[in-house]
Amino acid sequence: MNDTAADIVRQSLGRRRRKQTMLKAFGLGAILFAFLMLGILVASLVSSGYKAFTQTVITLEVLVDPEEIRADRLPRGGFDDVLAATLVSRIPQVDPEDRAQMKALEGLLSDGAQFQLRDLVVDDPALIGQVVEITVPLSDPYDQLAKGLIDPLTPEVNRRVKDDEIGYFRTLEEQGLIRQALNTWLLTNADSRFPELAGLKGALIGSAWALLICFAISFPLGIGAAIYLEEFAPRNRVSDFIEVNINNLAAVPSVVFGLLALAVFIGWFGLPRSAPLVGGMTLALMTMPTIIIATRAALKAVPPSIREAALGVGASKHQVVFGHVLPLAMPGILTGTIIGLAQALGETAPLLLIGMNAFITSAPDTPLDSATALPTQIFIWADSPERGFVSRTSAAILVLLTFLITMNAIAIFLRSRFERKW
Amino acid sequence: MTTLAFATLLAAAIAGYAWNRRAASVIRARDGRLHSLSGYHGLYSALTVLVPLVVVLLLWLLLQGQVIDWLVARDAAQELAPLGLGERQLAMTEIRSIAGGRVFGTPKPWKLEAAERLVSLRSLSGIAMLAVLAASALGLIIAARRRVSAGFRARQNVERIVSGLMIFCSLVAIFTTVGIIAALMFETARFLDKVPLSEFLFGTNWEPQIPIREGQVAAEGAFGWLPVILGTMVISVVAMVIAVPVGLLSAIYLNEFAPRTLRAVAKPVLEILAGVPTVVYGFFAILVVAPAMRSFGASLGIPVAPNTALAAGSVMGIMLIPFISSFADDALSAVPRSLRDGALALGATRAETMLNVLFPAAIPGIVGGVLLAVSRAIGETMIVVMAAGLIAKMTINPLDSVTTVTVQIVTLLIGDTSFDNPKTLAAFALGMMLFLVTLVINIFALRIVRKYREAYD
Repeated sequence: MNDTAADIVRQSLGRRRRKQTMLKAFGLGAILFAFLMLGILVASLVSSGYKAFTQTVITLEVLVDPEEIRADRLPRGGFDDVLAATLVSRIPQVDPEDRAQMKALEGLLSDGAQFQLRDLVVDDPALIGQVVEITVPLSDPYDQLAKGLIDPLTPEVNRRVKDDEIGYFRTLEEQGLIRQALNTWLLTNADSRFPELAGLKGALIGSAWALLICFAISFPLGIGAAIYLEEFAPRNRVSDFIEVNINNLAAVPSVVFGLLALAVFIGWFGLPRSAPLVGGMTLALMTMPTIIIATRAALKAVPPSIREAALGVGASKHQVVFGHVLPLAMPGILTGTIIGLAQALGETAPLLLIGMNAFITSAPDTPLDSATALPTQIFIWADSPERGFVSRTSAAILVLLTFLITMNAIAIFLRSRFERKW
Repeated sequence: MTTLAFATLLAAAIAGYAWNRRAASVIRARDGRLHSLSGYHGLYSALTVLVPLVVVLLLWLLLQGQVIDWLVARDAAQELAPLGLGERQLAMTEIRSIAGGRVFGTPKPWKLEAAERLVSLRSLSGIAMLAVLAASALGLIIAARRRVSAGFRARQNVERIVSGLMIFCSLVAIFTTVGIIAALMFETARFLDKVPLSEFLFGTNWEPQIPIREGQVAAEGAFGWLPVILGTMVISVVAMVIAVPVGLLSAIYLNEFAPRTLRAVAKPVLEILAGVPTVVYGFFAILVVAPAMRSFGASLGIPVAPNTALAAGSVMGIMLIPFISSFADDALSAVPRSLRDGALALGATRAETMLNVLFPAAIPGIVGGVLLAVSRAIGETMIVVMAAGLIAKMTINPLDSVTTVTVQIVTLLIGDTSFDNPKTLAAFALGMMLFLVTLVINIFALRIVRKYREAYD
């Protein structure tokens, strides 16, 4: 056997090609794995979250009984009794004298129903003695039943709604009183103990305040620092140190920023707990490195010819930077800022440490009021034992992701529309 | 009041700008010569008003609370003196909430009095603040106006102020680092007053909630951080076992083999994975991954804890895939083309070029990226807070439930906390260790990445 080199190569070629095919297959597998995981993530969120975008409601014609509700005692009155009486008139199998049955019946409507009726009557006391038609949410177990999340075939002891209660529900359903309505409460209500009443209003406003403050602090500070470091700072140990510092800050775990905020902003400065102001300040410290890094990249991308031309016609260094370089770098800076703010919007851990995970049932009026933020609200709901909060958590996540995708889409749009290639 | 104060300052700055600018324009129209453009004269006025007064305003807002509290406490010293520290704080909180209009029950008369005093002091402080700001703004506007002249170098002055502001902005990054270190060191030192350092570093028991020994200074439990850091490492290892191979293989594929269309799709998909907030991953872990693993384990007859380290770790691994993949992609792309061409010209297949030439050449950058990912895994909070356990165990079994440093920090600090309790302080000590560990890894990783980049540029 006297093989030439070409023969040896030819013999080994099949094996080497197989190796290449295998590497390719593994690579493709890895990509598909990532795709699959994203797919499962989104699919599981959508499949459990879409149900929270509707809410089972019942439309009732309620006689505002003047014996239960008297104009001179408003806003007090037996609004729950009035509602119960209406239900009894609709469900023949309930005996009004049977305490247990009546109690079960009252659990059918959401706790918010009587307050909705009360607000209606307080606004217009002339309604007393008349019949009003109101649409109120059902309580969580019945909502789950209507959406098919409770299987009537499971043994009664393991079920949150008993057989008679399902009977009441079916009776009302047959009369066409119950339907699925768009769940606007999800956006117009603040948090609540009752899943059917819990909404994101407080969290949305809290997040908006925090992001606004984060932007107001980190945007000017970040741009100022970046301009100084990129355009003015002498290359020496001090500026090197600052640079290393900024790069490190970008990689410090977020929970450490929470500890900083807790010790310094709340412990030493005495700022209030749970306030979006403190949250915004914390997020600003975390966002600043991102903005600085993005701004420096954008400034670097402006060609030196622009600077030289401006200097050549007699502009001062400041005039060159603020009149020419900065406006040209602005799209890049804005893109980086929006991406930084999107990260800040999803940040949870530091907000937990400063107490933005409190249970707060009203939306904040000022940035000093206690509030939650969107991600901390998700955390609270994910921790809640009630079944109804599972789909609400998914729905809240979908709302959060919508915001994030919108922000990133704006950033991509800005980049593609305004960024110039020199 | 605060809004009004800021509005006043803004109005003063605008007025100063307009006044100076106008005065400069008049001089220019009259003499025809002006050193600086009139806009710079305006800016000079606006900046000399804004910069010092914003500092004054912020300091005022920062300090007024403490000063007012101190004054109120001094007036009520007679009633407060006999109380212990905790009771005194409680009384002050009650006074503050009475002042805010939330009265519970019938408070003692001296508390009502103190609350009234608090309210009056607050409004006094507000009015004084406005008066001081308005008066000094007026003074500064007039001073700036008097400097307007044909020869005044307004531009240089403005540029000097702006440079100063920019230097301040750059220093904020340093202030932040100093603030982190100071806060952590201060609270850690207080923690070490109560718990000896050796117990913290080498103790194998972490039970911050349960008192075990009577009459001990830190009678609140045991504070040995070893089981906690061990748990962190278990979860991080699980995460890296998933993230490193998947991330590297996908980077190799995208860099060398992927058709252009797939690359165009895969990059944004990976970016989406990277942009998903960690709280979402945490929910994903408890909603889907943990139950799936549990039932899979049950079908094999293996007991899996409901909050197994495997669930938290693997979801964290998914989170880190895009991170590692993008670092590796960058590192592979940075290898000079000549190396690739040389290998291909010698007859190597593309796979051989990748595995024997490009990948070894890119190793430093990849290692840097992997180290940064490790630091992220150690510092990652929400996934483990939601999906990992609370009880520290000395175990390396990933099917068991373990806890992590970040979980302990969050659980120790969630809810009402006071700063004189070893439980709270322990969180800061853990934070200190977390900061140090991640800092060392980050500095090391950033140095590798940077050095490597320079080598090929």
